[in-house]
Amino acid sequence: MQYERPGTLQDASRLLVETQGTAFILAGGTDLLVRSKSDDFEADLVVDIKSVDGLEDVRETAAGFTIGAAVSCAELGAHAELKAAWPGVVEAANLIGSAQIQSRCTIAGNLCNASPAADSVPALVAAGARAVVTGPDGTRTIPVEDVPVAPGETSLGKAEIIAAIELDKRPPRSGDAYLRFIPRTEMDIAVVGAGVNLTLDEAGTVKSARVALGAVAPTVVLVDEAADAIVGTKLEDAALEKLAELCSAACRPIDDKRGTVDFRKKVAGVLARRAARIAYDRAGGA
Amino acid sequence: MSFDATYHDQIYKSVGTRPVRPDGVDKVTGRARYGADFNMPGQLVGRILRSPHAHARIVSIDTARAEALKGVKAVVTAADLPDLSDGDQSHYDLLDNCMARTKAFYDGHAVAAVAAIDAQTARKALKLIEVDYEVLPHVVDVDEAVQPSAPVLHDTIFTGGVEPKPTTPSNVAARAEFGHGDVDAGFEDADFIVERSFKTEQTHQGYIEPHACVASVNPDGTAELWVCTQGHFVYRQKCAELLGMDVSKLRVTSSEIGGGFGGKTHVWMEPVALALSRKAGRPVKLVMSRDEVFRASGPTSATSVDVKIGARQDGRITAASAELRYSCGPYADIWAELGAMTSFACYDLENVNTVGYEVLVNRPKTAAYRAPSAPMAAFAVESAIDELAQKLGIDPVAFRIKNAAREGTRSSYGPVYGPIGIGPTLEAAQTHAHMQAPLGPNQGRGMACGFWFNFGGQTCTDLNVNSDGTVTLAVGTVDVGGARASLSLVAAEELGIPYETVKTVVADTATLGYNDMTDGSRGTFSSSMATISSARNAIEVMRNRAALMWDISIEDVVWEDGQAKAIGSTHDNLAPLSIKEIAEASGKTGGPIAGHSEMVADGAGVSFATHICDVEVDPETGGTKILRYTVIQDAGKAVHPDYVEGQYQGGAAQGIGWALNEEYVYGQDGRLQNPGFLDYRIPVCSDLPMIDTQILEIPNPNHPYGVRGVGETSIVPPLAAIANAVSNAVGVRMTHIPMSPPRILAALDAQPTA
Repeated sequence: MQYERPGTLQDASRLLVETQGTAFILAGGTDLLVRSKSDDFEADLVVDIKSVDGLEDVRETAAGFTIGAAVSCAELGAHAELKAAWPGVVEAANLIGSAQIQSRCTIAGNLCNASPAADSVPALVAAGARAVVTGPDGTRTIPVEDVPVAPGETSLGKAEIIAAIELDKRPPRSGDAYLRFIPRTEMDIAVVGAGVNLTLDEAGTVKSARVALGAVAPTVVLVDEAADAIVGTKLEDAALEKLAELCSAACRPIDDKRGTVDFRKKVAGVLARRAARIAYDRAGGA
Repeated sequence: MSFDATYHDQIYKSVGTRPVRPDGVDKVTGRARYGADFNMPGQLVGRILRSPHAHARIVSIDTARAEALKGVKAVVTAADLPDLSDGDQSHYDLLDNCMARTKAFYDGHAVAAVAAIDAQTARKALKLIEVDYEVLPHVVDVDEAVQPSAPVLHDTIFTGGVEPKPTTPSNVAARAEFGHGDVDAGFEDADFIVERSFKTEQTHQGYIEPHACVASVNPDGTAELWVCTQGHFVYRQKCAELLGMDVSKLRVTSSEIGGGFGGKTHVWMEPVALALSRKAGRPVKLVMSRDEVFRASGPTSATSVDVKIGARQDGRITAASAELRYSCGPYADIWAELGAMTSFACYDLENVNTVGYEVLVNRPKTAAYRAPSAPMAAFAVESAIDELAQKLGIDPVAFRIKNAAREGTRSSYGPVYGPIGIGPTLEAAQTHAHMQAPLGPNQGRGMACGFWFNFGGQTCTDLNVNSDGTVTLAVGTVDVGGARASLSLVAAEELGIPYETVKTVVADTATLGYNDMTDGSRGTFSSSMATISSARNAIEVMRNRAALMWDISIEDVVWEDGQAKAIGSTHDNLAPLSIKEIAEASGKTGGPIAGHSEMVADGAGVSFATHICDVEVDPETGGTKILRYTVIQDAGKAVHPDYVEGQYQGGAAQGIGWALNEEYVYGQDGRLQNPGFLDYRIPVCSDLPMIDTQILEIPNPNHPYGVRGVGETSIVPPLAAIANAVSNAVGVRMTHIPMSPPRILAALDAQPTA
């Protein structure tokens, strides 16, 4: 196995273009290193992008935040401005694994691993985050929900690399939240995850909202109808019940070792309702 | 020398104190050597090829391509482990479990093994072994396996313990029955009866250290084995038998052990490592991956239990019965029998009957897991007891006290009890502050009792007094839970010397007589008894030496406070001789000073516990949080209270995991879906509250210090205590362990809405 640590995205991309074998991109390595211990794992090339210029920073711009692909989730938790603007995204990133894992893992990696249960992904989708994708043909920016296409599969080309995740600047009276259900208190994988992002008008009425669910379908589910159900409301009980109902209905889960179809549908609604309430409070709603 | 093991009350100097354990620093600094830390020059890497099928006939195995791979030094199959069982079924089963002979009986069953120069080559070689399987229908569920339509694992097994002998083969390997009185008449007398069925899923001991060993077979036929085990003498015996070796030619050294809980009481891959080394002519190291640990070692039984208990309005139980079905994996064993014996052991019953059925399924061979079989039986019985108390309108603790076994009670499994602790643990629970603490919304409290037999067994120790007066104690029971510290305390107590001057080591099989393994909560019980005997023998020697040094009669020498003292009017002006002075002179008074002991440590003394638990259940998600947990247990005498408390807490922690989340999940294909700690959910620290403990000391009359084993009983009550707490919190009786969130939510959803 060949290990490379290029200094630029162009070099990284070129290595991936040129290889004839199976190649993997290494950032935090919290998925790849675990997988590499399996008897079925074969790799010819590993491209470590942690030395690539500019991927190690969180930059705050007039438009919002650009999070480099090599920034660890722990660093997101330590970034006061980002945490203030996008508490839901940061809390999702800080639920992954343990403190040790969070000090290595990245949200770009979490996205590219394409697990339906990825914790940061529903929060990013709810936040309307975008992925900046660099490849041999240049750079394109796509919504994060367009990255995973199936469990373990992404829409990225062979030599494409996510260079950064972008988040918008927050309008006033905005809030987001992410909740997941795990049978333990930590060190576990989401059985259901729910991210809610919303903005209120001056009267405290929900002006816009996005609701995303994880671990209830092959890929993250953006539930427009659930978001619509709370727009124009102040999250009265009826609106929250409608939101929960529509989230449960939007799930296409499976029975597996982590949970049943019925359990996931019901709990998706419960978590979406609770996350909406937290996001609403964070947005300053009464 | 004759040894008096009876209990005598005394004031202790060392026993009951809490010094730092001698193995502690090495363990926390990473210097301690566990199974995988041992290495030999020229050693090869062993790997095992395992069946991907739950049930398959092995048509053929072609190892030619693997053997031809550069770097491969040996490939073994069942053909390299000849059948020497000579009609001994348990020998044959053990051999077959180590390496499948004609059929693979479970996902993970070993079918071949390789030894190669490195891990990569070994891995490649495994892929080159061609196994032709004829896949057979399988059954993994304990209730499905007893159905007439179920695929039968062995056409040679006919249910034992049934008259007349059945004529068709069955997955029910044996039936065992216990009890006394007339249960039918007892139920006639009852004013209230609770009758329910319960299920528990299969769990693994979850020891953090995977199985690991290094085997080295020499050209002259002698061999050495370094291994992580709960009993190196037992491993020596089994490996020698399976491989056709003289016991004396195999020397086994035990490593430090990162948890066993019963799972390291019998051999799995050690005979395979020896066979590989024998064939390759080089040492072979075999270390299981976590995946292999789950698929091929360990687990406890999955169970299905029907319980019926009746009581009169005055709170007296009139009759109790249980039918218990326990999975054994593919080989017959006595797991249901143990369940049937322990079910009602806490109670004084006039009419009781239990029947156990050993059920064969396509899962790994069941191994002991901490008080094996008792927790599942206790779950069913203690749940029913709780429900009956509710029906009667009696406090659950008071109801149990009214029916508790006591000295003189004939136990449900036969023997009559001596002094026991069930009543005192219940009385301690009744007055414990935990019982009076307020509960909030969605919270519930549960309690339950538990019993375990405890075991003594064959034990041998050597106590050597070194020339500087310090003491080295060599024991043959592996230290799983702090036994070296405890045994040093016992030696110090008996000799009257400081704890710091005693060093206890676990000797290898070539340097000490046979010892049974550390199971049955026997480590400290039996080795402390043998240590006391050894120390008393050494004291005899030292009295003799002092008499020689003083030139007086030994009758005029007593041993007190670590020194020989001369007594009698003619000698009492002699200054005492310390152990140091006697040891320093030993070269001139007869040579080294030692005390030896070999015995069967009888009279282990049964053990009882009562647990109290508070939970909070989220009614919308079925998530459960353990808010508070209290363990009350009889220790006889707590030699090192820290490690007694540690055993209490550890058993409760494992029980909490078992009660709430741990389970083997099989797919339709009979393959294990969760062979790893991500999806086999043992509790993490933040899942547990601080577990409170209360040690009761009701002396065991058969041990000089009154010691009882404490290691296992603490896992018996938790399933029931937590199930009672959850049931009380949600208002629905929970009958299926683990009470995972989907199961709790489904149980709540199944209730008719008010």
